[in-house]
Amino acid sequence: MELADIIIKFVLVVIIFAISLLIALYSTYAERKVAAFFQDRLGPNRAGPWGILQPFADGGKMFLKEEIIPASASKFLFIAGPSLSIFTACIGSAVIPWGQQLTIGGHIIDLQVTDINVGVLYILGVVSLGVYGVMIGGWASNNKYSLLGAIRAASQNISYEISMGLAIIALLLVTGTLSLRQIAEQQHGFWAHGWFTWNFFKQPLGFLLFIVCAFAETNRTPFDLPECETELIGGYHTEYSSMKLGFYLFSEYINMFVSGAVMATLYFGGYNFPFMDLIHSPNLVAILGVVALFAKIFFFIFFFMWVRWTIPRFRYDQLMDLGWKALIPLAIANIVITGIVITFLNR
Amino acid sequence: MSTFYFIAFLSIFFSILVISAKNPVHSILYLVLTFFTFTIHYILMNAQFLAVVNFIVYMGAILVLFLYTLMLINLNKESEPRKSGLIKLAAVVGGGCFLTTIIAALKAFKISQPVMLQDPNLGLVKNLGKILFNEYLLPFEVSSILLLSAMVGAVLLATKDPKTT
Repeated sequence: MELADIIIKFVLVVIIFAISLLIALYSTYAERKVAAFFQDRLGPNRAGPWGILQPFADGGKMFLKEEIIPASASKFLFIAGPSLSIFTACIGSAVIPWGQQLTIGGHIIDLQVTDINVGVLYILGVVSLGVYGVMIGGWASNNKYSLLGAIRAASQNISYEISMGLAIIALLLVTGTLSLRQIAEQQHGFWAHGWFTWNFFKQPLGFLLFIVCAFAETNRTPFDLPECETELIGGYHTEYSSMKLGFYLFSEYINMFVSGAVMATLYFGGYNFPFMDLIHSPNLVAILGVVALFAKIFFFIFFFMWVRWTIPRFRYDQLMDLGWKALIPLAIANIVITGIVITFLNR
Repeated sequence: MSTFYFIAFLSIFFSILVISAKNPVHSILYLVLTFFTFTIHYILMNAQFLAVVNFIVYMGAILVLFLYTLMLINLNKESEPRKSGLIKLAAVVGGGCFLTTIIAALKAFKISQPVMLQDPNLGLVKNLGKILFNEYLLPFEVSSILLLSAMVGAVLLATKDPKTT
């Protein structure tokens, strides 16, 4: 690998990291504005025009608040919990293809940090690692509410990971590859060979299962039982203050962003958009592709917020019933049906 | 090769910490790190699928369940059962016998015959799937029945006997 390639990759990593943080920052603002819209209020409107500086004011507050580590807490793990949480949130975006190749001054720039050939499984691995941050933080707080939140997070994540994996298996039957770049390439354009190219139209049930599981894995309402404040005060982050609490909240928004990107790539064509073959400049297609992908991601982030302010929280037994008695059988049925349909189509 | 020795050192170091840690939750966390070093070993051997599956299944699911159980039990010094000196002596004798056997077995093993990979790309998903579902189909399916029977057995153990209640 040449020096120029290394510099390009480094710049790409920094840009993606900065964009993740910026989107997470403004998701907090968007969440409050969306909530205000749904509840017929104004939302934050004091800091700057339309309250647009509110996230920075919140961030400053988070950094400047007093940092408290409970006397009976396990100090190292208490700090490790939120760090691990934000770490796993940030590494998920490494395999997502952000756009087609750009050619600038003879250099071909891949708009993807790395194209490992088990990309889909890497995403699943990162998702399954995400629960450790919550569990370690909840246990290290040495507080009964935190512990209950951590235990809820563990059982919820494990239960929904299974149906998420099964939903992905059905998708892999369609795509035949584990590389996210190839999956995105297969969904080129919008219409080909008499059917939509986007996987959503080939796997509608699979997408439904995946998005429900994504809500559970990111701990978003209606599945935010680990931090259910009516029962558990703050759940796993009851004892946290200052920026360590900020990291937990932040990682939730980064997870939303990354899961939006994953759903857009796996099911909604990634960086592809309709009529992309009519544009002849490859660089313009690549840039418009990035814009299209981000438009899809923003729609998913809005969808996360839309659901949060519309649907009430599940009860814990309802959550487990849904996971084990509805989603897993549906996912297995989806695999069987997909397999039969593919066998008939390939004849 | 030096990467291998470094990772192998880390594996052994963390596994010693697993058994020497006083707090059971700490030892599970060290076990997580041990499994993570195993994942790196698999990647070094170009077995990417195995690496990722080890990551998802062992680190992401099984050890989370371990941690879950230990958090509920909340073991500490007061609740730990006192072991008598006789049991400790028996453990030392048993461990010594095991060590002797292992050393004897390793001496018989010829170092000059390292296992050579016939196909370095064997660990990729496509090749692995083809081999599992062609050459080794029967063992593969039999092992799935084994897992199914284990699962049914676990469910049977967990449900209460209707006659006794």
